[in-house]
Amino acid sequence: MKYDVLIIGAGVCGSAVARELSRYQWKVGVLEKEEDVCCGTSKANSGIVHAGFDAPAGSMMAKLNVEGNRMMPELSRELDVPFRQNGSLVLCFREEEREKLQALYERGQQNGVPDLRILEQEELRKLEPNVSAEAVAALYAPTGGIVCPFGLTIALAENACTNGVDFYFDKNVTKIEKTAEEEQGRFRVFAGEEVFTADYVVNAAGVYADVFHNMVCETKLHITPRRGAYCLLDKEAGDLVAHTVFQLPSIYGKGVLVTPTVHGNLLVGPTASDMEDKEGTNTTGAELSELSEKAARSVTRLPMNQVITSFAGLRAHEDGGEFVIGEAEEAKGFIDCAGIESPGLTSAPAIGKMVARLIVEQRKPREKEDFCPVRKGVLNPAALSKTERARLIQEQPAYGTIICRCESISEGEIIDAVTRPLGAKSLDGVKRRTRAGMGRCQSGFCSPKTMEIIAREKGLPLESVTKSGKGSEIIQGRNKDRLSKEEKK
Amino acid sequence: MKLYDVLIIGGGPAGLGAALEAKRNGADSVLILERDRELGGILNQCIHNGFGLHTFQEELTGPEYAARFIDQVKAEKIPYLLNTMVLDISPEKVVTAMNREEGLFEISAKAIILAMGCRERSRGALNIPGYRPAGIFSAGTAQRLVNMEGYLPGREVVILGSGDIGLIMARRMTLEGAKVKVVAELLPYSGGLKRNIVQCLDDFGIPLKLSHTVVDIQGKDRVTGITLAKVGPDRKPVPGTEEFYSCDTLLLSCGLIPENELSRGMGIRMNPVTSGPLVNESLETSIEGVFACGNVLHVHDLVDFVSKEAASAGKRGAEYVLGKREKNEYSFSLQIRPKGGVRYTVPAVIRPAYMEEEQIIRFRVGDVYKNHYISLYANGKRLVHRKRPVMAPGEMEEVKLTRQQLFDCGADSEIIVTLEEE
Repeated sequence: MKYDVLIIGAGVCGSAVARELSRYQWKVGVLEKEEDVCCGTSKANSGIVHAGFDAPAGSMMAKLNVEGNRMMPELSRELDVPFRQNGSLVLCFREEEREKLQALYERGQQNGVPDLRILEQEELRKLEPNVSAEAVAALYAPTGGIVCPFGLTIALAENACTNGVDFYFDKNVTKIEKTAEEEQGRFRVFAGEEVFTADYVVNAAGVYADVFHNMVCETKLHITPRRGAYCLLDKEAGDLVAHTVFQLPSIYGKGVLVTPTVHGNLLVGPTASDMEDKEGTNTTGAELSELSEKAARSVTRLPMNQVITSFAGLRAHEDGGEFVIGEAEEAKGFIDCAGIESPGLTSAPAIGKMVARLIVEQRKPREKEDFCPVRKGVLNPAALSKTERARLIQEQPAYGTIICRCESISEGEIIDAVTRPLGAKSLDGVKRRTRAGMGRCQSGFCSPKTMEIIAREKGLPLESVTKSGKGSEIIQGRNKDRLSKEEKK
Repeated sequence: MKLYDVLIIGGGPAGLGAALEAKRNGADSVLILERDRELGGILNQCIHNGFGLHTFQEELTGPEYAARFIDQVKAEKIPYLLNTMVLDISPEKVVTAMNREEGLFEISAKAIILAMGCRERSRGALNIPGYRPAGIFSAGTAQRLVNMEGYLPGREVVILGSGDIGLIMARRMTLEGAKVKVVAELLPYSGGLKRNIVQCLDDFGIPLKLSHTVVDIQGKDRVTGITLAKVGPDRKPVPGTEEFYSCDTLLLSCGLIPENELSRGMGIRMNPVTSGPLVNESLETSIEGVFACGNVLHVHDLVDFVSKEAASAGKRGAEYVLGKREKNEYSFSLQIRPKGGVRYTVPAVIRPAYMEEEQIIRFRVGDVYKNHYISLYANGKRLVHRKRPVMAPGEMEEVKLTRQQLFDCGADSEIIVTLEEE
């Protein structure tokens, strides 16, 4: 298979690059080792659209963060992605630390973050009554926001796909070779049995980006998976705070955040522990208790008994602590998109533009006349008026059957998620697209029904329905299938 | 908007029982709204026997027990809507619901009986650390897959929690050809019925490890094993006691939570101990004309008691609709205060004027008590003093009180239910 550009990784960066490249007349492909988009770092993070005051002034992180933040409102409308500019607060707990707060304010100014203000205790409490009484002041960034990380990644990928980008799943890249000058395509990319060729390779492989970079370059990258554990709380706790509440980094270490999510839950996290294992997304008891302790410092009466799930994600931390984006010096056409840790989700749309610009400037492809930037998400009947919803059910009765009772997700939405471009193939895929199974019962009631719908729509036996791709089959067999005739009696 | 006398939310054992008695006590129009594809609720997946000993004096399976009630509902010509989800109930008793056929619709009722049942505590709510692979099921989800769909969710099983569904599933998985390696229980005693421990674990040689919990789940795609550890008196894992079990499945049977999202949406006052509505002697919630029964009110161990409670709620619902409840000098409320090992009572309030001749007060204890007395005091006088050889949190207890007893002692403040030694 020959491509002009091959992207490794269908996370938020790979998908953002793919969408930007899909504006032009050329062949673009994405290789993903998992069964779906958004399966690595992009699926397990804070879901925050950072304002941009954290990164050092003049850094690539700072620039792309602020640019990504600025793009998000329009992009989320174009792609029908849940996004809300709820504003963020950085709490300062001790008078001695005011200098740090001031420094953060000034850094934000330098980075071009608009409307930053330092709030005194009284104003802070008025704005956010449940913050800890210990907080003496806070930095307020009204442009901070929250976004659905699955929603954004899936939307970017879907839009790229409908605009002609080929997505390959379960394609684990094992080798990349530079080809001889005279051959077509500058790279040979080996994935399982298949070999792809491409003039450009975009390395958006998250915690694996160092592996691919190092296959073609002598100057090595080194990425440490930095694990962050989170707890997600019931929607009943969702309005405990309205803003995203950070803590100033202090003698207590880097604080954890407490934030509402776009879907109305409360999210608490992350911890930070450096790992060896690039797949080590497990949580530990120690991390989970650390979370409760640290988060309780920000917010009073944090109801940790309302946790509905906990999870961990891996940040792709490069030794330099900065995004590594650009053409590798030792491999022309190999574009790194590495070290994308926080604020990576916020920056992704800007990263997509930056990487696309790099290639487009060299290649000068023609723009597509029929590029469509608009994508409609899975229809959310709860957002309709009663009359509209009644009409919808009349026209498509599947919207009248509720499958996930906790999140009120109908069969119609699940069918939509399974049958749309780059549709869901697994329970997790459905969950990320519709929220079915993401509520307080954590799929106890709906999973057998969702499995049936996936099997039916895909024409598969129920046994082959998975949680998250091959090897994660839900069902292991039929009743009594391994009992002898005698035992059966 | 269509107006019904009594609307029943849920077509499981509680809803069926309530509908029947509402109808039989004079409610003209009764309607059952059920979210699943058939009546009967969770009974449909409980294919083991042991149901109905109290109600029918025989041992039935869950579906058989449900069928007895469904047949009566049909004979009484009580209408019901299946695959129908109630989205919202207003305090004015307007119900918003939807299904494929009628779309989104509103109906109103003079009385509403809440019978939505309960859900299982999930892995997330238990906050068990580890990976998040396939192979972790709540016991009820596994029960549905095995008993209703005929699929085996796993071959080597560890069960956390010794609630009744967990115990029943230990036996069922064994009979279907899986190997159940161990049942672990956080508490120093089982949360299930004694008879289930004997018939489901002991008879099959499945070990029960009390004061143990799961501290890690391994496996990136599918469960490959779990780690158990002993817990101390504080219920925290004791370092150094970890023990690895290889398995492909972890079943969780760690408690049931009444499903009261609709009740909370209406603004009904809840009991934080049961997570169910606070009700009076008529099983009426803090909103007049709205009643609750079954597992939505408090989690039961035996369906027979659910049916009994539901019948009472149905009868009271009908009486409310027919205006059979006139106020008199005994209409005042007596709070029932649980004390000394009694965690809660249902009802929480009694109005002597509206009591039946005999009032059943149901409750659970917070620990294992041997040779204790259940005592009930009103106006400082001990009206009940009944010895029980063993009481455990897993078994619901009850105490009966007659109207006459209350009148005789001239009760006018509160009633205390408590446990006492000799």
